[in-house]
Amino acid sequence: MSNVALRLDNITKVFGKIIANDSVNLTVYKGEILSLLGENGSGKTTLMNMISGIYFPDEGHIYIDDKEVVIRSPKDAFDYHVGMIHQHFKLVDVFSATENIILGLKETSRDASARVREISEKYGFDIDPDKKIYDMSVSEKQTVEIIKVLYRGADILILDEPTAVLTPQETKKLFDVLRKMRDDGKAIIIITHKLHEVMALSDRVTVLRRGENVGTVKTSETNEAELTEMMVGKKISLNIERSEPINPVTRLTVSHINCINREGVKVLDDVSFEARSGEILGIAGIAGSGQRELLEAIAGLQHIEDGSISYIDPDTGSSTELKDKTPLEIRELGVRFSFVPEDRLGMGLVGNMDIVDNMMLRSYRKGKSMFLHRKEPASLADEIIKNLEVVTPSANTPVRNLSGGNVQKVLVGREIASSPKVFMAAYPVRGLDINSSYMIYNLLNRQKESGVAVIFVGEDLDVLLELCDRILVIGSGHITGVVDGRTATKEEIGLLMTKTDGGHSDDKN
Amino acid sequence: MLETICLFINAAIIQGIPLLFGATGEIITEKSGNLNLGIPGIMYVGGISGIIGGYIYEHTAANPNAALCVLIPLLSTLLGSALMALIYSFLTITLRANQNVTGLTLTTLGIGIGNFFGGSLLSFFGESGSISLLTTASYYKASLPFADKLGLFGKTFLSFGFLAYSAIIIAIVTSFVLNRTHIGLNLRAVGENPATADAAGVNVTKYKYLSTIVGGAIAGLGGLYFVMDYTGGAWTNDGFGDRGWLAIAIVIFALWRPKLSILCSFLFGGLYIVCVYIPGLTSSSKELIKMLPYVVTIVVLVVISARKNRSNQPPAHLGLPYFREDR
Repeated sequence: MSNVALRLDNITKVFGKIIANDSVNLTVYKGEILSLLGENGSGKTTLMNMISGIYFPDEGHIYIDDKEVVIRSPKDAFDYHVGMIHQHFKLVDVFSATENIILGLKETSRDASARVREISEKYGFDIDPDKKIYDMSVSEKQTVEIIKVLYRGADILILDEPTAVLTPQETKKLFDVLRKMRDDGKAIIIITHKLHEVMALSDRVTVLRRGENVGTVKTSETNEAELTEMMVGKKISLNIERSEPINPVTRLTVSHINCINREGVKVLDDVSFEARSGEILGIAGIAGSGQRELLEAIAGLQHIEDGSISYIDPDTGSSTELKDKTPLEIRELGVRFSFVPEDRLGMGLVGNMDIVDNMMLRSYRKGKSMFLHRKEPASLADEIIKNLEVVTPSANTPVRNLSGGNVQKVLVGREIASSPKVFMAAYPVRGLDINSSYMIYNLLNRQKESGVAVIFVGEDLDVLLELCDRILVIGSGHITGVVDGRTATKEEIGLLMTKTDGGHSDDKN
Repeated sequence: MLETICLFINAAIIQGIPLLFGATGEIITEKSGNLNLGIPGIMYVGGISGIIGGYIYEHTAANPNAALCVLIPLLSTLLGSALMALIYSFLTITLRANQNVTGLTLTTLGIGIGNFFGGSLLSFFGESGSISLLTTASYYKASLPFADKLGLFGKTFLSFGFLAYSAIIIAIVTSFVLNRTHIGLNLRAVGENPATADAAGVNVTKYKYLSTIVGGAIAGLGGLYFVMDYTGGAWTNDGFGDRGWLAIAIVIFALWRPKLSILCSFLFGGLYIVCVYIPGLTSSSKELIKMLPYVVTIVVLVVISARKNRSNQPPAHLGLPYFREDR
C-alpha cells in the first residue's frame, strides 16, 4: 500500500499544563482500518479532534493526500473529506434523521432523502429518514451519524469508541459496514479500548501512551498481551480471579416490582430475582433498560409501584421489607450503593469538596457535638488514598480536580469502608484505564470473598462473563434471563439483551 | 354591546402589537440559545431612539417630509436596539458572561437610558416642556384610507398604523424562516446543540450574534410603536411599563412559535386592559386582573412541564455559553 490518505507530522497539543499530544506521528492508508489504542487520557480523542477541526494543533502538520492542509473548523474537515463519529453523538434530538444529515449544508430535505436512501442501500443501513432522534435507539443514532458523514463525502472516517453502547449483534453489523467501506477504498480510524475488537477488525494498530505514539504494529503480527504491554508500559495480567462462592445464602429478594419513572415510562416490569452473599451478581443490558432504576429502587431512591424487596439479615436471619424505608434506613441496614453516572460526580461525591469532606458526607451524623470531627474521616481518606493508589496532591484536594479513575476509587473506597452487607456498583469502571479497572474488579472480588452480596452493573460483556457468578439480563425493564457466568457466551447474553423487542431504549444514563 | 366588544378587540390588538414585536425578537434570540432578559430594556431604548431621531429631524427641518419622518425614527430605533443587543452578544458570546446577569443589567440600563433622554432631551436643545412629536406621530398613526368606509369591521381590524401590520408580517416571516429554510434549521440547531451544529460546519458564533442582534432590533420596534403610535409621539418616564417582561412571558406561552405568538400577544394585550372593560371594578381588583397574563403564563409552564412533549420544550441549550475547545 503506497497511497497515504492521511499523515500527521509531529502534532502537539497542550491544555494548560497538560500535554495531551506530544509530537505524534501517524499514517493512515486508503483502504485500511487503523485502530487507535490507548488508555484513558492517552490523547486519542484529542488527536482525532484535531483532524476533525474541533481542536487546533499547537504544533505540527497535517497532510491529506500528500498535501499539507490547515483544518481550522469542522467545516474545513468536511472540505477535506474527513468525517468523525464522536463518542457522544453530535445530533440534534428534536430534529429528524434527514434534518440532522443536511444540517449546515445547502440542500433541501427532498433531494437529501434520495441520497440517504442510496447510501443506506449501498451499505445495508435500515433507517427511517423522518424519525426524530429522540425516538431512536442508540444504534439507530449511530447509523444516522455514519450516514451523515458519508453524505458529506467523507473518505477518511474516524470513529470514537463506536461499540461502547452496542450489543454484540449490533457491533458485528457495524463491523461488516466498516469492512465494506474499507473495501470501497476509504480510510478508517477506530478508537477503542476493547482489544478483541482491535484484533477482529483492524489491519494495523497504533498505540498511544500519555500523549505519545509508542508504536504501530500490524494486527496480524501481534497479540492482545503485546498490545496491553504497549498501552500500559508494563506487563499486567488480564485475568480476573474468580473464586467459587463460599456458602451462599440469600441476602436480598426482589419480587415482582414495577416501576414508573419521572417521565411516566414504565422502566421496570415485574422484576424478580435474588442476590446471595459471597456472590457477584452481574446485570447486563443495553444502556437505559432499567438497570439504574432497579438499583435505585433497592437503595430507596426510586419509588416502586408494587412488589416487594426484602433484605435478610445475616445474623438473625429475619427479613425486612425495604419498600417503605427511607434511603437512610436502608443504608443503616448495610445496603450500599455506588453509582457512577456518565459525568461521574453527579451522584455520590460533591466535586467542590475535598476527599475528607466527602468522607464526612457518610459520617457526619455520628457526631455528638455541634462541631465537626475531621480526624476520623481524614484517616479514612488517607487509608483510601494509600490502599487504592489514588493519585492526588493531598486529601484536601477538591474531588473535582482528580481524574475520573481516581474519583471512582474514592467513591467505591468510601462505600466499601463502611463494611456493607449488600454492595451495588453501577458502571464502576466506566471510563477507567485498564489498571484502575482491574483494581476495582479486585475490590469487588474481595468484597465477595468476605461474604458480601455484590451486585454489579457493567457494560463490557467480556468482563461480566469473567467476573460474575450469575448474570441477570435485563431488556426494556424485563428480566429476560439469568445465566451462569461460567458457562454462558457473549452471543447468548446479547440475544437476551434484545429479546423483548419494545423498540424503546432511551439512553438516560 | 357589539360595539363594546369590537372596541375591546381593537384595544387588545393595539396593546398586543408592542408585545408581539418583543416576543418575535426574543424568539429569534432564544432560538440561538441566548436567553436575552435585556429585551425590556432594549424596547425602552428602541422607543427613546425613535423619539430622539424624530425630534432632531422634526425640529431642524423646515418642512418635514413624510418619508423621512417615518424613516429617520425607524432607523434610529433599529440602530439603538441593535446596539444594545450587540452589547449583550459581545458579553455573553465572546466573553461568555452569564446570560441572566447580563440581560437583567441591560434591562436596568435600557430603562435608565430611556428615562434619562426622555427627561433631558428638550433641555439639550434649550427648550422646555414635554416631548411631543405630533407631525412624526401622525405619519406613524396613518391608517389605511378605506378603513373608515368599512364600518365596524374597518374600525376594529383596519384602523392601525403600518407598524402594527409589520409586526404580524415579521412574525409570519420569522416562522417561515425558522421552519422552512436552511438558515432556520441551522439556527435551531445552534440553540439546541451548538457542538453538533459546529461539527456540522455551522458558524455558531455568527448565528448567535446575528440572531441576537436581529432579534433585539425587532424587539426595539415594539418600543417605537408604543411611543409613536400608541402615545402619539410623547414620552412618559417608565411609560412603557413592564410590557417587555410580558413579551418574554409570551415566548414561553407561545411555545417558541412565532405564529402562535401573534394570537398570544393579542390575548395578553386583551388581558392587560380587560379591567377597563369590566364595569364596577375597584382599583385594587383592577390590579388583580392585571396579573392575569402572568398567572396564565405560570399555568402554561406547569402544563407543558407536566406533558413532557419533546417538541414543546425550550431550545435545549438555552442560557448556556458555548466554547468549542471546552473540556
